[in-house]
Amino acid sequence: MIKIKNLHASIDGTEILTGINLEVKAGEVHAIMGPNGSGKSTLANVLAGRDEYEVTEGSVDFLGEDLLDMDPEDRSRAGLFLAFQYPVEIPGVSNINFLKTAINEAREKRGEEPMSAKDFLKRVKEKSKLVELDGRLANRSVNEGFSGGEKKRNEIFQMAMLDPKLSVLDETDSGLDIDALRTVANGVNQLKTKDNASIIITHYQRLLDYIVPDFVHVLYNGKIVKTGPKELALELEERGYDWIIKDLEKVSA
Amino acid sequence: MEVMNETATLTNKDKFLSHFDLVDFSMDEDFSSDVRKEAMELIQWLDFPTSKAEYWKYTRVNKIIKGDYKISTPENEIEIDLSVPTKNCIVLINGYFSEELSFFDKTEGIEFSSLSHAKKSSSILKEKFNSLVKKDEIFADINTAYHQDGAFMHIAKNVQSDEPYYILNLVDDSNIMSNPRNFIFVEQGANAKAVLKTINTGNTGSFTNMVSEIFVDKNAHFEINKIQDEAEDSFQIATEQVVQADDSTFKINTFTLNGSIVRNNLNIDSLGKNTMTYLNGLYPLKGKQHVDNHTYLLHREPNGESHELYKGIIGDSSTGVFNGKVFVHREAQKTNAFQSNANIVMTDTATINSKPELEIYADDVKCSHGSTTGQLDEEALFYLRARGLSKDSARAVLVNAFASDVIDQIGVEAVKVEIEKYIDDNYQGIK
Repeated sequence: MIKIKNLHASIDGTEILTGINLEVKAGEVHAIMGPNGSGKSTLANVLAGRDEYEVTEGSVDFLGEDLLDMDPEDRSRAGLFLAFQYPVEIPGVSNINFLKTAINEAREKRGEEPMSAKDFLKRVKEKSKLVELDGRLANRSVNEGFSGGEKKRNEIFQMAMLDPKLSVLDETDSGLDIDALRTVANGVNQLKTKDNASIIITHYQRLLDYIVPDFVHVLYNGKIVKTGPKELALELEERGYDWIIKDLEKVSA
Repeated sequence: MEVMNETATLTNKDKFLSHFDLVDFSMDEDFSSDVRKEAMELIQWLDFPTSKAEYWKYTRVNKIIKGDYKISTPENEIEIDLSVPTKNCIVLINGYFSEELSFFDKTEGIEFSSLSHAKKSSSILKEKFNSLVKKDEIFADINTAYHQDGAFMHIAKNVQSDEPYYILNLVDDSNIMSNPRNFIFVEQGANAKAVLKTINTGNTGSFTNMVSEIFVDKNAHFEINKIQDEAEDSFQIATEQVVQADDSTFKINTFTLNGSIVRNNLNIDSLGKNTMTYLNGLYPLKGKQHVDNHTYLLHREPNGESHELYKGIIGDSSTGVFNGKVFVHREAQKTNAFQSNANIVMTDTATINSKPELEIYADDVKCSHGSTTGQLDEEALFYLRARGLSKDSARAVLVNAFASDVIDQIGVEAVKVEIEKYIDDNYQGIK
């Protein structure tokens, strides 16, 4: 589904990603963990196409297309979804209306008819139930006045509405209490099929009790320095990151 | 040097006033002729404002006063589809009343006619005409002295009307100067809505100098929606003089969609106790437009409340000016006055001058004012694009959202639809 090769990216002249290699296949869940400042969120934002980041080297192939050459909206329409770490509040813009515009613009691009109002509302009802998002929130301005948990649930609700091929969840778990975490994880699990995939970026192992990854990658200094099975997450939780960093230093020394 | 300057200014004024030489106003009623003569006297003592005058600091009138204008004559045959969504419409063409295009669904207690017709028959007009207009404002005096015609609206005591009353001011030729003059009186307990719309059918170099006097009597409710759709290189100065009596509600929404230089002088004198006043404005600017909104609201009596919300979308190389002043008299205790001006600057070459002012002499009041200027929120733009909205759609969505709280204030559905459509149409393809 996605092949990231030797990806380097910088912001304001400082290199943050220093050569990422990662392949995610359909049906897989990959977790990316790492200490603060390791480049986790940068990776998410570069994949989504935020233009403050400059890609200096490498390539990203997404379903056979050059992802880095695409505008953010085209990446979304091609099936990439980023659940934001900090969802933006947009007063005056209705959550529902903008999703309708987004869905129909994507359909138009694919040469399809716009979704009927009836089908759309049916989908809203169904998907908001999935993440237990209050119907009133779905109709309000985007994230305006939402609690932290409501914002994250709204991200997963939007993900469900847009039905992406690859979802990148950027620290969707941080700041959530256990109930909200369960709800969000449950939503993600229910959306999982053999044809889609996710990259879960997290600082904490806790989320991975609920969303079980096929692979766990450790990101450090802008590179993936270790990859392992789901048990690696537990080891990281117990031992922290220092042992990996020390191992690395031994190798380079 | 000073003498030289004075001579030059006088020449400009003389040249400007010479446009009226060929127009015959002698058919007017006596009381109106007297008012005209008085205004002509006043004009002799006044000069056009320069940017040295604080009131005109950001708007130079040179381009306006140096125009080579003609005064039109009444036209009877004109083919235009106005498709106005109402049963009541006064149409003015180049300043003159058009009997042919105007229509009125006769309703008990509502007089809606040309000003010239009302001059012959209305006692309230005779009594109150020109009583609100500031005598030291040269453009208002020019209108008083040389107005051609206008709309007259009189809503009798306790008459309730939901139907919007349209006053359409149409300019259909180049280099036309017109001085439309409107008079609106809403009697005690009455309730009415009006739309005052200027349309310029794509001609160049015209100047519309409009004055409206509006009286909102005790416990009356009146809303007026002003839509200014001038031609790109035409000018407009619009002056509204409003008085409000006890327990009355007055709302004015100003939408400036087009025009090279547009200046609005909105003066509201809240004479009564317990009045409610709403002043809203939206100015989506493009090209080299220059739009100046000056508002002045005077709270004279206790328990008044006012809400002012002006929003600008300043694009291309346009300039927006907002100067809103709320004056709370020392008698006006328990006044609640809220004023806000917000602007989105779309380009590096767009300019906004914003000056909200509060002058308060009462000690038990709640007043606030604020002004914000910024660009479209980049974070929000990226968020919307990451969900699959094109860059243009994302911008359009954010501009719509910005304008929405002003549009929500519109009490005439057809106007709401018109302004929403204008915003939709104009901000889809912005760079």
